[in-house]
Amino acid sequence: MSEAPRTEALPHAFFSWNRLWAIATNTLTELVRLRVFYFLLIFALLLIVGSLFWSKVTFQQQLQTLKDISLGAMTIFSTLLAMLATSMMLPKDMEDRTLYTILAKPVPRFEYLMGKLTGILLLLGLAILAMSLVFGVTLGVRYFQVAQQLQGELGGATSELMQPSVEALRAEVFDPDLLIAIGLLYLKAAIFAAITLFLSTISSSWIFTVMMAAIVYLIGHFQGEAREYLMLTSDGSWLTQGFLGVVVILFPDLQLFNLVDDIVVGAGLPLSLAWKTIALGVFYFFIYTAASYLAFSSKEY
Amino acid sequence: MHRGLAAALALLLVAGVVKIPMESALDRDQQEAGFRTAELDFDMRERLTQMTFLAALSGLRALVADMFWLKVFTRFENADWGRMPYLLDTVTSLQPRSELFWDLAHWHMAYNASSWAYHDSDLPSEALRRKAQEEYWELGRGLLERGIKNNPDSRMLWERLGGLLADKFEDHCAAAEAWGQAASQPDASPYAKRFAAYELARCPGREEEAYQRLMALYQMGERERKPTLLRLLQEMEVELDIPMEQRIYKDSSNSQE
Repeated sequence: MSEAPRTEALPHAFFSWNRLWAIATNTLTELVRLRVFYFLLIFALLLIVGSLFWSKVTFQQQLQTLKDISLGAMTIFSTLLAMLATSMMLPKDMEDRTLYTILAKPVPRFEYLMGKLTGILLLLGLAILAMSLVFGVTLGVRYFQVAQQLQGELGGATSELMQPSVEALRAEVFDPDLLIAIGLLYLKAAIFAAITLFLSTISSSWIFTVMMAAIVYLIGHFQGEAREYLMLTSDGSWLTQGFLGVVVILFPDLQLFNLVDDIVVGAGLPLSLAWKTIALGVFYFFIYTAASYLAFSSKEY
Repeated sequence: MHRGLAAALALLLVAGVVKIPMESALDRDQQEAGFRTAELDFDMRERLTQMTFLAALSGLRALVADMFWLKVFTRFENADWGRMPYLLDTVTSLQPRSELFWDLAHWHMAYNASSWAYHDSDLPSEALRRKAQEEYWELGRGLLERGIKNNPDSRMLWERLGGLLADKFEDHCAAAEAWGQAASQPDASPYAKRFAAYELARCPGREEEAYQRLMALYQMGERERKPTLLRLLQEMEVELDIPMEQRIYKDSSNSQE
């Protein structure tokens, strides 16, 4: 009697990019299927296209208004997407029992969490890319309209008078710093997703997570003031100092990523400053992601 | 406490202490580079509603400024000049790096409102109308000077200041300085240097220097030889008693050699 071939179990890798990618793409698919995100995206697109008509109201500042409205809408929607998508992620997996199925398999919790977060990052990337494309096309169309208008108005002027106006118009539209501004928007949304993930791992319902995330978002924009007060003032009560100390230590300074308002009016961002801002953003992202893992790792399901 | 949560909090505490100097340094670098210079303080809080103040703080400062600009536009359409300075101050304080807001704000005050004030039939006397007009000029000038303080390398704002000082204040010496600053910017308009020389020619006591500058421009070729430049050169040759052999205009007639 011949012996049956022995099947050898493949060694289980502690970390697998394939598994992480599978979780990430699955998360992205799930999120894209939720109608609320389509709604947000369409609303953002409408806002950007609608700004074409609003910008007609204010003569001479049409392009600036268009950029302000578009980037403002992108800020709102990327923040909302990051907060809502991340806060719903774990509770939904628990409700669908997908979480238990995955964790019952040899999938490390770190991989599961990273896969989920990567899915959110992909969603944010796609959303911001889509909004940027619409913004770019709208800005381009508006540029040609305004340029034609300008040509009509200054048609009789000498090239010496026309040249600075045309150059200023071109510089306002073909501004490479706008790409950096959009990149910073993405970074801020990614940091916020990591913070929301941490809150999600310690809370029991997604509504609580959303409320906490909104509070963190607000406090994060005051953190710089608290830090300045704490460092410059020493005569406050111990209660005040202690409270501010907790705020400064536990919360990120989200104001540091609000450079879009200045970039949009043509303030050139030095490359070194852009890198420093990105470096701090990446640091925040990893710290809150690591904290999420630590909180999630010993949680019982 | 949950073991994992305790570890997470410990990590946040350690990272929190590490990040403070990083945040302070970046904050300083950004401010030094002219970013986030808008003062979102208690004064601004009083100007904005609670929600708009929060929006301005949360990265929507540009949008809030645009919203207030729409109010400015409505006031402009209704010729409600009295309330405009306050709104213009709010907009420019929210977006101090926007040259366009400073430019339009000064234009509304120094040109539109001042003209309206001068023709305001409610003001009983010429003296009062002129006084109101001058007050609006001053407001316009103040806006431009604050705009330049926030954007010292703005060609456009220096040009506007030069124009305002010459047109409304007839301070040609200060106008020459402003046009000179405009001409020294990397993106200077081709006419800025010429305008600086024109204003200098009208500045008492600096005729010699103005003549040298006008001559230098003249010698740059046909492109610079505009009618105003030629007229001023002719006037200064006479005024400064330039020796005949050095003159562009050899006689008192307008014929150019």
